[in-house]
Amino acid sequence: MSLVESQSEDRQSEEQVRYLQANGRELNSKFGYPNNTIKTSRYSVLNFLPLNLFEQFQRLANAYFLILLFLQLIPQISSLAWYTTVIPLMVVLSVTAVKDAIDDMVKWLPGPLADMLLLSSSEPCGLTYIETAELDGPKITEPGLLPLHFSSGKVRCESPNNKLDKFTGILTYKGKNYTLDHDKLLLRGCIIRNTDWCYGLVIYTGPDTKLMQNCGKSTFKRTHMDRLLNILVLWIFLFLGSMCFILAIGHGIWENKKGYYFQDFLPWKEHVSSSVVSAVLIFWSYFIILNTMVPISLYVSVEIIRWGNSYYINWDRKMFYAPKNTPAQARTTTLNEELGQVKYVFSDKTGTLTQNIMVFNKCSINGIFYGGVYDKKGRRVEVSEETEKVDFSYNKLADPKFSFYDKTLVEAVKKGDCSVHLFFLSLSLCHTVMSEEKVEGKLIYQAQSPDEGALVTAARNFGFVFRSRTSEMITVVEMGETKVYQLLAILDFNNVRKRMSVIVRTPEDRVMLFCKGADTILSQLLHPSCRSLRDVTMEHLDDFAIEGLRTLMVAYRELDNAFFQAWSKKHSVACLSLENREDKMSDVYEEMEKDLMLLGATAIEDKLQDGVPETITTLNKAKIKMWVLTGDKQETAVNIAYACNIFGDEMDGMFIVEGKNDETVRQELRYRWENFHTFLGNLKCGCVLVLQAYALEGNLELELLRTACMCKGVICCRMTPLQKAQVVELVKRYKKVVTLAIGDGANDVSMIKAAHIGVGISGQEGMQAMLNSDYTFSQFHCLRRLLLVHGRWSYNRMCKFLSYFFYKNFAFTLVHFWYAFFSGFSAQTVYDTWFITFYNLVYTSLPVLGLSLFDQDVNETWSLRFPELYDPGQHNLYFNKKEFVKCLVHGIYSSLVLFFIPMGTIHNSVRSDGKEISDYQSFSLIVQTALLCVVTMQIALDTTYWTMISHIFTWGSLGFYFCILFFLYSDGLCLMFPDVFQFLGKAMNTLNLPQMWLIIVLIVVLCILPMIGYQFLKPLFWPIMDRIHLCMRHSLSPPTRTKLKHASSRRSAYAFSHKQGFGALITSGKAMKDKVFKRNSSPFKK
Amino acid sequence: MTWSATARGAHQPDNTAFTQQRLPAWQPLLSASIALPLFFCAGLAFIGLGLGLFYSSNGIKELEYDYTGNPGTGNCSACALADQYRAPPLRCSCAWYFSLPELFPGPVYLYYELTNFYQNNRRYSVSRDDTQLSGLPSALRHPANECAPYQRRASGLPIAPCGAIANSLFNDSFSLWHQRQPGGPYVEVPLDRTGIAWWTDCHVKFRNPPLVNGSLALAFHGTAPPPNWPRPVYELSPDPNNTGFINQDFVVWMRTAALPTFRKLYARIRQGNYSTGLPRGSYIVNITYNYPVRAFGGHKLIVFSNISWMGGKNPFLGIAYLVVGSLCILMGFVMLVVYIRYQDQNDEDEDEE
Repeated sequence: MSLVESQSEDRQSEEQVRYLQANGRELNSKFGYPNNTIKTSRYSVLNFLPLNLFEQFQRLANAYFLILLFLQLIPQISSLAWYTTVIPLMVVLSVTAVKDAIDDMVKWLPGPLADMLLLSSSEPCGLTYIETAELDGPKITEPGLLPLHFSSGKVRCESPNNKLDKFTGILTYKGKNYTLDHDKLLLRGCIIRNTDWCYGLVIYTGPDTKLMQNCGKSTFKRTHMDRLLNILVLWIFLFLGSMCFILAIGHGIWENKKGYYFQDFLPWKEHVSSSVVSAVLIFWSYFIILNTMVPISLYVSVEIIRWGNSYYINWDRKMFYAPKNTPAQARTTTLNEELGQVKYVFSDKTGTLTQNIMVFNKCSINGIFYGGVYDKKGRRVEVSEETEKVDFSYNKLADPKFSFYDKTLVEAVKKGDCSVHLFFLSLSLCHTVMSEEKVEGKLIYQAQSPDEGALVTAARNFGFVFRSRTSEMITVVEMGETKVYQLLAILDFNNVRKRMSVIVRTPEDRVMLFCKGADTILSQLLHPSCRSLRDVTMEHLDDFAIEGLRTLMVAYRELDNAFFQAWSKKHSVACLSLENREDKMSDVYEEMEKDLMLLGATAIEDKLQDGVPETITTLNKAKIKMWVLTGDKQETAVNIAYACNIFGDEMDGMFIVEGKNDETVRQELRYRWENFHTFLGNLKCGCVLVLQAYALEGNLELELLRTACMCKGVICCRMTPLQKAQVVELVKRYKKVVTLAIGDGANDVSMIKAAHIGVGISGQEGMQAMLNSDYTFSQFHCLRRLLLVHGRWSYNRMCKFLSYFFYKNFAFTLVHFWYAFFSGFSAQTVYDTWFITFYNLVYTSLPVLGLSLFDQDVNETWSLRFPELYDPGQHNLYFNKKEFVKCLVHGIYSSLVLFFIPMGTIHNSVRSDGKEISDYQSFSLIVQTALLCVVTMQIALDTTYWTMISHIFTWGSLGFYFCILFFLYSDGLCLMFPDVFQFLGKAMNTLNLPQMWLIIVLIVVLCILPMIGYQFLKPLFWPIMDRIHLCMRHSLSPPTRTKLKHASSRRSAYAFSHKQGFGALITSGKAMKDKVFKRNSSPFKK
Repeated sequence: MTWSATARGAHQPDNTAFTQQRLPAWQPLLSASIALPLFFCAGLAFIGLGLGLFYSSNGIKELEYDYTGNPGTGNCSACALADQYRAPPLRCSCAWYFSLPELFPGPVYLYYELTNFYQNNRRYSVSRDDTQLSGLPSALRHPANECAPYQRRASGLPIAPCGAIANSLFNDSFSLWHQRQPGGPYVEVPLDRTGIAWWTDCHVKFRNPPLVNGSLALAFHGTAPPPNWPRPVYELSPDPNNTGFINQDFVVWMRTAALPTFRKLYARIRQGNYSTGLPRGSYIVNITYNYPVRAFGGHKLIVFSNISWMGGKNPFLGIAYLVVGSLCILMGFVMLVVYIRYQDQNDEDEDEE
């Protein structure tokens, strides 16, 4: 966590309530509120070094090496020159520091605005449309209309927090208290529409703003691989400890049996009184020598690899969405390989699977069906590019982007069909849309829900143009004629009522109620005289539902003036009541909304995003289980699921759990569970479970999970954001698998945070999901690429890297162990100290980095074509404890070969000029050169994708080793520092020996040929490898993909916007005065 | 869905092979046609090479004699008894008699071999000061701390050369006498004691300090020899080019061995009649027995050996190549069998399909 955040948290803990005064500089300065500069970066130029170093040494691995460094400074223990640890540590620290610095520099900085309280604006009626696109979606607010120059106003409000939808405070002005809620707060990062100016009081500044409070990631996600690595490092520590222990015992025995008698030539050190003391010291000496078992560069290399692979995601053009100009973005650079292991995907529906763009598609007016497209012979045809659109040129105010294909409706409008006119009039009046008209005739609608926008736009194009509104008037241009309707009341939408109504007084002085709402509700409220019309309309509604359209019924009622006056009074009373206000209000509303006259029904198309069904089919093939968690009702969710191919054609089972209490749900789940076993047996994958939120409420977690995990897909409806997170947590807790949550709205945030990987769709509903996610992109279909291509590669690369990295360090380090048995357990190293210093940092780092940044076993086309290739990642087959043990065994074998072959060869051996070659320095050189050849050959064997860079890195490193060799062993350097560079003339004298090269060839063959055999035989016994090989063999010509047929969409009725509407606000021009408390409309309170 | 061309370019990632991970690449595949021949070829090549190595090593003659003098093993036991206790030992001589029935082909090299001597012990092998040995006058009088306890004498004089390695310099000496005919006179065989160390060692790495008034002894003035040494370093040899730090025996000894059993070159026999080897006849090696090894259970050996293109006798590499070559071929056959069976199985599967 950054320092800034922690500071502000400290302050928060003290600050419970915030007081401030308008224009009261003196008072405000007492509290020491931060200024409005935002520091999203962690470091400044000055504090970078100390702060970064401090943070780095908090990591266990770095601290360990610091301790090692101190151990090395003790002369009795020191077995290696100090620089063997210092240089790698410095390099690691500086690489990490550079990475941190770059990460810090690219932090995103928003514009200079603070969270402020809206006091007044240019709009006379005080309605301000705020597009908080980046945060929590659009809203309309109405400022308190306070005098501009008030100086005595005081505000008491809550301390800064990260809840975007919550704000409470009290404004005291001239002795009067005004309640403040979040609707009055203009957040940093929002855009104000249709308003020229506004006055506000700044409440939160800089780091206290809601935006900044939301920026910090609350949880630090770690991958399964991180956890595995920690366990393995622990294992290595134990292994290291036991090796040191064995060697220390060996040393004790040796000193006792031999060293004691060898004291003529090698007296014991001053403080060493017995072999036991010596053994204790040697334990630590070996601890230093064998420290390379836990490679210092492991963590930094892992970070670099993840970092690089994250950049590939940012750079991917196929995940770039041109219409919005948004590339995919990896906001977290630490989770890459987990993308290759995903087993469960939890997806939101609206805005994620669908575009959240609503299009007015069909309607039924007075029993007549409009919107079908027929050709000249009267046959029904599909809408395509060539289909002729209806010409709206007669209407100057029409929206040019709107398209409709059925001419009969326009003809009906032109003819002056009364019911059609009334239908569109009701659409243009009954809504909470705001309009903006900056240029004469160019209307822009700001709608809270896209459904409403679509309906009002449709009415506009057919000639009933909603032009502007105040809190008391609605101006409509009816077929070119401007009319002003007096708005008497808005009976707002909520999820229980599922309808909204407006009551207006027409220019003809009639009081009319227009209502639209869910067919299931509205059909109960109709006047008995419309029964036959209702039946016809219901038939049409069924047709709409089959096509998967979202439907609404529209009705009206003409009111008696006296009746309305009476009702209005009741309404005012209900508004003012303090207890059960909501219930009382809906009772009052119900009184009004009855005996409605049916006008017709609308059908809106909720468009799926591009490529969603294909993506889900691919993910299904990759055995990724798709769970749709939605707040929508069951029918909608099921129909979207059909359209998205979650129910594939082969899937025959759809189980709906409908119980409303624990016992019934339990019974149903049990029944399903038994069903799976008795009837379906191996068909179990072909089922989809549909759950209601009730199923989660009881104490049924395990039963639910047991049944749900048998299914290929699960659809959970009616979920609150919290329940979404609960579902994710449930799967995370009981299944050891990687989960991914994808969503776009504020209501998905908890789920995104809960899952191992959170993906945010940067789309319609604001940026909150994105801010909390680990990866973002604009289109759902990018998920396929993210997982199957980037995820799979990242996982494979990470696994190859880890296997190789552990192997190379085991092979490197364990040679010391064998040498101990021949050097009196004296902590003598096999290699020259410079080789130890450079081995991990210089000689072997680039090839393995190249491998883990460029390697690809099969190219992206094959990855997508054979989703089965994703399978090994889900079971973590490429790197696990077993693979680690394999690496260890392989490393032990290599180190044995690396030690004993040179030992046998140089034992009592001489050169062709009679001078001996059995000296320590020759032996070192032979072993280290052989080691480097072996590990280079090993990585060459592991590399499947040889780019130019791989060649340069791999062979270049080996060549570089020889150059370094000649440099380090050169006369000049050695004469300058004879103590540090003792290997003078070594390269010259040893590299020309035939023995040396014979040894190297023998060692390389002994170490590599078995691996070649293993790699050759592995695919014969492991089919997935075989498939990969097959793909590699044909990597040039993947057959062209046959386009998936678009599954027939079967979706049913749907009602309305998800959120409670703004009705109250719009009419609040008068309602506000009486109202002290106004309820928060929270998207979380569905 | 309108957007301007400039806006489109704003965030669109670059279309390069690198960023799109489309770098042209070579994707080798380990197929049967590569793996199996590789095994067989490697096996055959190794067996061939192994045979060559084995025979060339076998052709080398070696003659060695353990003169440690454990009781009942020749006439060095008397000296060994005398050396029962601590260094410095008495000056003691013993001899090794041997006869050659035929010519021991040359060039012949004379080695001494020590066993159980841990020159590779870390404390031992760091106990030296390379700066001092490179002839730096300042380092001469200020030996490095690593040399302790052979850094300074009790008198405070700096030891040159300092350290445990120098102190334990091998100080037995050998002379070789040849009797052509039985009863004939023993003729001393000339031993070339130069050219036994690496050129880089005695010309670059080891250097005497600059002469003072033309005298090496004065250059070492103010230093003391290591405690075990009977004479100072500048008197190691009367030859001014082979004394002091660049004395070749010393240089050879200072190049520490990797393993506790090691040979070091003592002399080359390549002069006069002996340039083609040691002719047949009787020989005596006179040994000046100074070096104590029995205390730590070590052995001293004297070795005559000749050389092939590959160096000295060491059958290890040849045998290792033969074994590995055979293993390769064996593994190749095993893999071939597995592969053929797998192919058959696959064909059957395909037939079934």
